[in-house]
Amino acid sequence: MSTVRHRPEGLEQLEAQTRFSRKELQILYRGFKNECPSGVVNEETFKDIYAQFFPQGDASTYAHFLFNAFDTDHNGSVSFEDFVMGLSILLRGTVQEKLNWAFNLYDINKDGYITKEEMLDIMKAIYDMMGKCTYPVLKEETPRQHVEVFFQKMDKNKDGVVTIDEFIDCCQNDENIMRSMHLFENVL
Amino acid sequence: MATGAAAWLPFARAAAIGWMPVASCPMPLAPRDNSKKEDELIMLNVSGRRFQTWRTTLDRYPDTLLGSSEKDFFYNEETKEYFFDRDPDVFRSILNFYRTGKLHYPRHECISSYDEELTFFGIIPEIIGDCCYEEYKDRKREKLERLQDDQEENKDAKLPNMNIRQTMWRAFENPHTSTMALVFYYVTGFFIAVSVITNVVETVPCGSTPHQKDMPCGERYTVAFFCMDTACVMIFTVEYLLRLFAAPSRYRFMRSVMSIIDVVAILPYYIGLVMTNNEDVSGAFVTLRVFRVFRIFKFSRHSQGLRILGYTLKSCASELGFLLFSLTMAIIIFATVMFYAEKGSSSSKFTSIPASFWYTIVTMTTLGYGDMVPKTIAGKIFGSICSLSGVLVIALPVPVIVSNFSRIYHQNQRADKRRAQKKARLTRIRIAKSGSANAFLQSKRNGLLNELLELTGTDEDEQRLIRSTSLLQSQHHHLLHCLEKTTAHEFVDEHMFEQNCLESALETYPTHSPSLSSQDSGTFCCCGQRRQTRNPLPHTADTPQGPLQELSALHIQSSQLMHPTSRSNLNLRPDDSSRINCKGGRVTTTIISLPSPPSLREGHHPHGPPQRRVPAIAPSIQTTTSSTPTNIIKVSAL
Repeated sequence: MSTVRHRPEGLEQLEAQTRFSRKELQILYRGFKNECPSGVVNEETFKDIYAQFFPQGDASTYAHFLFNAFDTDHNGSVSFEDFVMGLSILLRGTVQEKLNWAFNLYDINKDGYITKEEMLDIMKAIYDMMGKCTYPVLKEETPRQHVEVFFQKMDKNKDGVVTIDEFIDCCQNDENIMRSMHLFENVL
Repeated sequence: MATGAAAWLPFARAAAIGWMPVASCPMPLAPRDNSKKEDELIMLNVSGRRFQTWRTTLDRYPDTLLGSSEKDFFYNEETKEYFFDRDPDVFRSILNFYRTGKLHYPRHECISSYDEELTFFGIIPEIIGDCCYEEYKDRKREKLERLQDDQEENKDAKLPNMNIRQTMWRAFENPHTSTMALVFYYVTGFFIAVSVITNVVETVPCGSTPHQKDMPCGERYTVAFFCMDTACVMIFTVEYLLRLFAAPSRYRFMRSVMSIIDVVAILPYYIGLVMTNNEDVSGAFVTLRVFRVFRIFKFSRHSQGLRILGYTLKSCASELGFLLFSLTMAIIIFATVMFYAEKGSSSSKFTSIPASFWYTIVTMTTLGYGDMVPKTIAGKIFGSICSLSGVLVIALPVPVIVSNFSRIYHQNQRADKRRAQKKARLTRIRIAKSGSANAFLQSKRNGLLNELLELTGTDEDEQRLIRSTSLLQSQHHHLLHCLEKTTAHEFVDEHMFEQNCLESALETYPTHSPSLSSQDSGTFCCCGQRRQTRNPLPHTADTPQGPLQELSALHIQSSQLMHPTSRSNLNLRPDDSSRINCKGGRVTTTIISLPSPPSLREGHHPHGPPQRRVPAIAPSIQTTTSSTPTNIIKVSAL
C-alpha cells in the first residue's frame, strides 16, 4: 500500500473553480476523504465504490469508462479536484457542458469521434450493470440493436461516426433528453 | 449501507447523466428532497464521556438505535444531548462502526458484554469486519461450550418428583450423588477386579502334586473357580438388568458401547452353561472364554482416564487409519523386495512373500527378534533400508495422536476445575440470595410486629422498624406480597417446604428456588429488536412504502407472521413482536442492516449496496416485492 497522499487546493480556489458553495464542498470532501483517506481514488477503489450501487450486475466496465471520464489529466487516479470538477459540471453545469461531458464519456479514445465500436462497448457496459435477472430477458443482440438506434438518430451525415456537433445538435432537438438533463440538479 | 456508498451516492446519481443520451425512454422523476436540513452535530453522552458526530453519520444505518428515531427516547431536554447509561469503552467501537462502516471487536472486552452492547444498539454481530470476525466467533463458541457444560451440570440437579427409575438412572450415571450409588459403584469395581484376577490366576500352574503333573490352578480347584465365576457373573447380570430397567431410552442404552461390553462379558458364562456336554463345540466354548477378558473394559465406567483414551482413539481414527494404511503399503513393498533378494540364498527362511511379512513387521517396528535374518548382501541392504523407513513411518502420525489426547485431557481438567469452582460460587450466591429471600419473610414477620407495635409500642420502636427496610426493599416486598395474594399461596423457606413436601406429596408449592429460574431468564431471553421509521438519507426522501415489507417480513422467524406489516405498524406493536421473538427461546435480533434505502423498486433502479456479510440476500430482495416465506433470512445473534 503506497502512502500516496494528496491534499486538495484550498477551499477558496475550489469555490472559485466550481459552482459549489463552501458548505457543499465541505460535505463533499468529508465523504470523499472518509472513503479514500489517502485523498486519491485509484481505479480499483472506484470500481468497488460504483459496484456497491449495482449489486445485481457487473459495473466494472462502466466504472472503468467513468473513471476515465473523471480522470481528466489521465494520471491514473482521481483526486478531489477532478471529482469536484466533474460533479460541478454534472450538477451545476449548462446543458451544453453536460452534453459535452457525456460525449467525452462515450468517446473512449478521446479522438473527437464516437465510432460504432466505442458505442457498442459503452452500451454493453451499461447493460452489464443490469445483470442477468431482467425482464424482459436480455438477449445477446440487444446492445447492438440499441447502438443501431442510437446511430440512426445521431449520425446525420451517415458517415459511421458521430461528431460532437452532431451529438449536441441532435440532443438539443430531443425533448426527452433535454428534460432528463435537469433531472439530477437537486442531488446535493 | 457502507459509508462510502452513502457519501458517494450523489456522485453516482450525477454520473447517471451519462446514460441520458442513449436512453430510449423518458426517465422517471427524481424524488424530491423536502426535508432539507442542515447537517448538525449531535452530542452523545455515554456515562459521562461525550461523543460528537454528524447527524448524517448516524443516519447511515437507519435500522439501528442511533440511526433511527429510537434515540429520541434517550434525549435529554435540559442538556440537549442524548444520554446513554452504557459502557463508554464499548461504545467507542460502536460509534466507529458508523464512522467507518466497519465493526471491530475489541479483544480485551468480554464477549457477553460486547454482545449485550451490540444488541442494545441494534447492530447484528455478523457485520463484524473480517479482521475481527474469527476471533469473535472463537470466543463466542467458547462461551457457548461453557454454557452447555453448565447446562449439563444442571441436569445432575435433583429434580423434585423423580420416580424410582429416574433416581436409579441418576445413581448409576453419577455415583457421587448418593451413598447407595457410591457403594454400588465400589462393589461392582471390586467384583470386576476379582473376576479379572480369577481369569488370570486360573491359568497359572499350581504346585505339582505327586500323583498329577503340573496343571493350572483352574483345573485343580475347578469348583472354587467356578463358584467365583458364578458369583461375579451374577453380580454383573444383576447390574446389567438394573441398568436396562433404569435407562430412559432402553433402545439407545442397548446400543451403547458400555452395554455391549457388559453383554460380551457375561455371555460366555451362559453359553458355557448351556453347552457343557457337547464335545464338538467345547473347542469353540474354550475360545469363548477368551471374551471374559473384556470384563476389564468395564473399568472404563470407573476410570475417566480410560474414557479419555477411548475418545482420543475415536477422534484420531483418521490418523490411525492413515498409519495403518501406510504401514501396510510399506510392509508389502519391503516383503516383496526381501523375498526376491533372498531367493537366491540357500536355506533361506524367506520362503514366500507372506512369510517375509513377519520379517518386515518385526524390522519396521524395530523389534528385531532375529528369527529371520537376510543372508545375501542385497537382502542386508534392503533390510537396513526397511528398518530406517519403519522408524519414519511410525513416527509421523504419533504427534497428532498425542496432541489430540493432550487437548481432550486438558479439556477434561478444565471441566473439572470449572465444576469445582462453580460449586463454591453457587454456594456463595445461594447464601446471598437466601439472605434476600429471608428478608422478605423477615419483613412479613416485622409486618406482624408492626401491627402489634401500633397497638402497644412506642413511636421510637416504630421508627426503627420502618427505617430498617429501604424504599426499594419495601416496594419489592409489597410486590411479593401482591403475588402471594394473587396466587392465594404464601412464600415459605426451604426447610418448611421440604417438611410439607414429605407430609403431603400432592401439594404443589410455588418453588421459590432462585438459582434455576433466574439463570434461565437471564441467559436465554434477550430480544433485541430494532425497527426504523426514518428515512436513511436526507437526500433521497422516499416515502416509506411497500418495499420495506420484505425487510420486516424477513426478520420474523416464524412463518405464521408472514402478513406484511409496514414498518410503522411494527413500531406500534412492540409487545406482540417481542413476545413472538421470545418464543422457543430462540434469539433473533431483528436488526436488518441490510440495504435499507427505501427506493428498492423492482428491477429498474437497483439501489443500495448490501452489507458485505450478506451479499446473497440482495438479489432476492430486489426481484420480489411480495414478501414470501421463501425469503426468510434468519438473522440471529446468538
